[in-house]
Amino acid sequence: MMQSFTALLRHEFLLEWRQRNALGGILLYVVSTVFVAYITFKVVPPLAWIAIYWVIMLFAGTNAVAKSFMQLSPGRMLYYYSTVNPLQLVAAKLLYNTLLLWTIHLLTALVLSVLVGNPVQDMPWFLFTGAVGIIGFSGILTLVSAIAQKASNQSTLMAVLSFPVLIPVLVLVIKLSKNALDGLDRAVGYESLGSLLAINALVVAVALLLFPYLWKD
Amino acid sequence: MIKKHWYKILAVGLILYTLWFGLMGDVPRKVVLNESIRNLYFHVPMWFGMILILGASAFHSIRYLIKPSMLHDTKADSTAKVGVLFSLLGMATGMVWAQFTWGAWWSGDPKQNTSAIAILIYLAYLVLRGSFNEEQQRARISAVYNVFAFACLIPLLFILPRLTDSLHPGNGGNPGFGAYDLDNRMRLVFYPAVIGWTLLGFWMASLRTRILTLQQKEHE
Repeated sequence: MMQSFTALLRHEFLLEWRQRNALGGILLYVVSTVFVAYITFKVVPPLAWIAIYWVIMLFAGTNAVAKSFMQLSPGRMLYYYSTVNPLQLVAAKLLYNTLLLWTIHLLTALVLSVLVGNPVQDMPWFLFTGAVGIIGFSGILTLVSAIAQKASNQSTLMAVLSFPVLIPVLVLVIKLSKNALDGLDRAVGYESLGSLLAINALVVAVALLLFPYLWKD
Repeated sequence: MIKKHWYKILAVGLILYTLWFGLMGDVPRKVVLNESIRNLYFHVPMWFGMILILGASAFHSIRYLIKPSMLHDTKADSTAKVGVLFSLLGMATGMVWAQFTWGAWWSGDPKQNTSAIAILIYLAYLVLRGSFNEEQQRARISAVYNVFAFACLIPLLFILPRLTDSLHPGNGGNPGFGAYDLDNRMRLVFYPAVIGWTLLGFWMASLRTRILTLQQKEHE
């Protein structure tokens, strides 16, 4: 059980490594979006910094995760279908996507800080709460990409289906980011962090529960 | 769907009762709210009805996932559509009320925002349904999204508005249900209104299910 899960996870990394272009594309996407924001804003007011940050995360994340099922060729789908337990597959995808989004999270923070400066007063807390929110992002986007992959107009559906569902997570994470920006006492955000964790647990549980139904074709 | 007639008669009766006593009955005089308090009989039942009808839609989707049958899918589809209609009506009645009590059609209130998001989610569900050619696949995949969306809607509607301040009755020290319910005359109209409008919604959904089922039979 555990063994096939780690094998799948390793497989995800291998696949990504073989398609370095795609990974590079996503990372470049982040850098160029940040650059556009920097060129258009020049001086970014602190509140707008948070907004830009999460808008970039939203779009980069959606693009990064979108390919997790869409890039699968029909042949590989069939191979997975006959050899792999769907629960393990989705768990591996979920974990992999979370790690990928965490990378994007760090990269965005780094590039944005270098180019436009960093007004956040409590940066470790900002990164930590952001990372917690990203687990929810990953859960929602993984399931939605599996849904969109089956339909005809994939890329539109990916955005249309995931954005409204992402908003609860986004609202909570932005609230926590603002606390970190103002350097408020961390205890102020515990309630929001609790809600965020609860939503994450719900999203991940429902995604794991529903995925096997998507899988049987 | 329920094939009995009693609930249709009950729905019509309760709505007529609501319309008459809702518009003609006595209401408490409150500052700012004044006569607009009557919106309680029309706006709030839309949200109660929406949640119940969308819940029924999610329920039918779960039933479809457990035991695939086109009837479950058709029911999920028609209840979701009625749910969207109710949410749009709830939004419209809320906006008219907000214009006269808060002074703006749209003031970015947490409740307004969350309900707008709920509408977006279910419109996305309808778009998703439209993007499949194969019936079985459409039924299965949209059922998955329907259940997922409903699971995400619950925290959205009930947890998030409570995190921030809101002008909406029931939030941040504004009089809510508790205060209205103190008035027994209003309670006598409000509860029947909720039941009446919700039953009407289920009736509409059952009509739509029957039309769709007949259309499917005609195709075969």
